Amino acid sequence: MTAEAGHPHAHPHDHDHEHSTLGEMDLRVRALETLLTQKGYLDPAAVDRIIETYEVHVGPHNGAKVVARAWADPAFRDWLLQDATAAIASMDYTGRQGEHMVAVPNTPDTHNMVVCTLCSCYPWPVLGLPPVWYKSAAYRSRAVIEPRAVLADFGVTLPPGQNIRVWDSTAEVRYLVLPERPAGTEGWSEEQLAQLVTRDAMIGTGLALNPQDITKEAP
Amino acid sequence: MNGVHDMGGMQGYGTVQIEANEPLFHGEWERRALGVTVAMGASGLWNIDLARSARESLPPLDYVQGPYYAIWTKALQKLLIERGLITEQELAQGQPLTPPVAGVRVLKAAEVDAALAKGSPANRPSTQAPRFAVGQRVRALNLNPQGHTRLPRYVRGHVGTVVLHHGSHVLPDQHVNKMLPPFDGTAEHLYTVVFDGTELWGPQAEAGHQVSVDAWESYLEALPA
Repeated sequence: MTAEAGHPHAHPHDHDHEHSTLGEMDLRVRALETLLTQKGYLDPAAVDRIIETYEVHVGPHNGAKVVARAWADPAFRDWLLQDATAAIASMDYTGRQGEHMVAVPNTPDTHNMVVCTLCSCYPWPVLGLPPVWYKSAAYRSRAVIEPRAVLADFGVTLPPGQNIRVWDSTAEVRYLVLPERPAGTEGWSEEQLAQLVTRDAMIGTGLALNPQDITKEAP
Repeated sequence: MNGVHDMGGMQGYGTVQIEANEPLFHGEWERRALGVTVAMGASGLWNIDLARSARESLPPLDYVQGPYYAIWTKALQKLLIERGLITEQELAQGQPLTPPVAGVRVLKAAEVDAALAKGSPANRPSTQAPRFAVGQRVRALNLNPQGHTRLPRYVRGHVGTVVLHHGSHVLPDQHVNKMLPPFDGTAEHLYTVVFDGTELWGPQAEAGHQVSVDAWESYLEALPA
């Protein structure tokens, strides 16, 4: 994919009051990139490659494969919980914003949820770039004081008695939630299991899908 | 810095706005802003904590009004201007008016994959024994530094329990001490400390709720046994 692909202008769903900001930012970023290139500080082809990396290669499909393997392979699950950085690196997901990984398993007793109250820390190698809501003031402010109310915004209600554990990523450690494996998936391949693993389930603002939620049937 | 970025526990920001089928970028400028910010970070002329500090110290209204990539862009401009790589006049006119600074490392397209896959690990070897142990009760200190810190306000003064020890990591508060490399890479033991919701939020806390932060050793004190 090239830099020209994708969406050159603001999307129709952008709020009206953002239009002037977006116009201003279009000009500002274009001017900045041009200036840096002309001064010899920036290779625009490197910018293209960085964008392509996160548009095409690195995203929540990576994390879904990690979770699926942990569900299917008890030895891998143990390794993931013991040393997530190494276990995830064994699948070639490494590097920027995932240098120090910790996987936190959901259990019937405890649901985990991840936030970065101070900025936008997010495990890029397994989840890609964060959605807008993850970086929003509403999520960052409320996740630590009323996580159940935040989950309600996502349509998630935890069973009575299940505790909630919020991980605020204030250092360079990045957290990946290991969701509970849905019932009715016995014998599924890793590839099939990965289809049940949503981005939000790995942040903890969602749960893994159930078999009936996806169109492809179990074997 | 007790800035607007330190949002944990604030009230009044409304419900979380979740966009169905959200695109990765909202407009071409966000794509380029991400790419330019990451590419220029490879110059090595600042570090992640200096970048965060630049974002946090933007005018508060700029910060809360976002969008987030606008925060990144404005902070990047600040980092570039502070170091003399570009000038306000050049930004305003959109063209070079001064000679480039010599010797700036330029990330080439062919180097991108390796650079991203390598990242920038923050752990460092340490000869210091950790002061705290997993299971120990600790208090987050009541610290209010003018400069950059990663101890959020909502845990300061509160008592929690160490649940993980991550080894020794570069201390953000000192990593910002020098504007240009070589940076102050002082490292300290880093812990995950978990707090009960009632400890943080009192009687209004939701039931069955705990919150952890990752805290460096100098953010914490031991409780008397």
